[in-house]
Amino acid sequence: MKKLVLATCALALSAGMTMAMDVVRMGTEGAYPPWNFINDSGEVDGFERELGDELCKRAELTCEWVTNEWDSIIPNLVSGNYDVIIAGMSITDERDEVIDFTQNYSVPDPTLYVALSGDVDVDKGVIATQTGTIQAAYIADSDATLVEFATPEETLAAVRNGEADAVFADASFLEAVAAEDDSLVVLEKQVLLGGGVGMGVRESDAELKATFNTAIDSMKADGSLNALITKWEIGSTFE
Amino acid sequence: MFSYCTDPSTLEGLTWLSCYLTTGKHAGFYISFGTVLLLLAITAPTALAFGFAGATAARSRLWPIKWIGKTYIAIVRGVPDIAFFLFFVIALDQMFEWARHKIKCPDWDQPIRQGNDFVVCQAAKLPLGEAPQWVHETYGFFLAVLTFAIVFGAFAANVLFGAMRAVPQGQLETAEAYGMSRRQTFWRILVPQMWVYALPGLSNLWLVLIKATPLLFLLGVEDIVYWARELGGTKLSRFTEYPHGDWRMWYFLVLLVFYLCFTKVSELFIERLMVKLTHGQATTGGETQRKAPV
Repeated sequence: MKKLVLATCALALSAGMTMAMDVVRMGTEGAYPPWNFINDSGEVDGFERELGDELCKRAELTCEWVTNEWDSIIPNLVSGNYDVIIAGMSITDERDEVIDFTQNYSVPDPTLYVALSGDVDVDKGVIATQTGTIQAAYIADSDATLVEFATPEETLAAVRNGEADAVFADASFLEAVAAEDDSLVVLEKQVLLGGGVGMGVRESDAELKATFNTAIDSMKADGSLNALITKWEIGSTFE
Repeated sequence: MFSYCTDPSTLEGLTWLSCYLTTGKHAGFYISFGTVLLLLAITAPTALAFGFAGATAARSRLWPIKWIGKTYIAIVRGVPDIAFFLFFVIALDQMFEWARHKIKCPDWDQPIRQGNDFVVCQAAKLPLGEAPQWVHETYGFFLAVLTFAIVFGAFAANVLFGAMRAVPQGQLETAEAYGMSRRQTFWRILVPQMWVYALPGLSNLWLVLIKATPLLFLLGVEDIVYWARELGGTKLSRFTEYPHGDWRMWYFLVLLVFYLCFTKVSELFIERLMVKLTHGQATTGGETQRKAPV
């Protein structure tokens, strides 16, 4: 009897260990609805939560969600605190020098301006963006004055209290906000930035990148990715 | 949490508020108060121990130990806290992992630094990649305690170093005259008497430490300031049952009250401790106590 118990324990332990090797830690920001946000019960939710869980299921990986500030999201990936960035991060050449990206799981989303009134001169005015985004880089290169904030929430607050003339961010994020706040107006001017959003992985993690690429392929092929994009109103779907 | 909370959009006033304040997300906020208090409870004695070791080392007669103590005090006090917190935690974490990597995976043939990546073998990861989330959080918390202890320990070391020199020379001479060894003089005469000189400086440090806890978020620990910002931010009805505008001001007001109450309680406590430590001391405070009618 005792031997049987021991054997079962050993079996359970070794099974636990082989399964455990496949835990992938998914890092996200949790402050950018509808992409990713913290829901009422305090868990990560949103388009990327559902997408990530489905990708992990298809790749037969166990995934664990962690939140990290946007500012330090890349340094913490390369130093190994989590394995994947899935945080609405657009694929750009600058980022690609530091980390690797999977193929994009969303088509480039137009970037919009949102302001308190429709007659703001966005080419010369003061524009609020989140630090370290493609939008911030775009405004920095233009004639407009750039003010950067650590979180998306603060960029909106800056426009509401008059510190900035307009917010410059993804259409999916701004349209959701403007739909519920009558004081905010979506301006007509749109800019197309970036090469779509992908998952960020360490450059040394080619295997993980390939695994997720296959999983994204299969979700693109059977239309489930497009269904998710429509459900969360992320923008246009893949052809 | 309550049975009437199933459809918050139909609720109003206090009932709505009672549901709103008991969501799982708010539980995270309340727990973070405990995290901060726990951090203070562990960090304060640890930092004091670091400080005591630093001060003792700095006044050692052996020059290498003296040199280590002085360097520790000088370097840590000179570097801005934020720079220290950003750099040090990643460096500390990588140092631990590097050491474990050398021990656990001696046959590893790939470089540890691959471009920007810091790659160690799976077994050397700290905490292990497959460890549950709470282990990762505890580890982050441990790093936070260590970093706080090192930073505040350096300041405490300087305070204690000064306090040790403030103990009247006559006391030490008398101890020597009684035939006490250096060690005995230190532990029986110097240490018990130095606290009264150290307390004003240490109480400053304690209050600064209370207010420095928001730095926790830099270390990946979700503290009260993180939750206040997250909960107070605008919530859209598409993504929550409890939509509201920008309420960050109210949440920060709660934090303000919390910090003020906490510092007030600390001050009361320190005052009583001071009265106790002054007892029988050769200071003006001790003299006043001696003369006071019982």
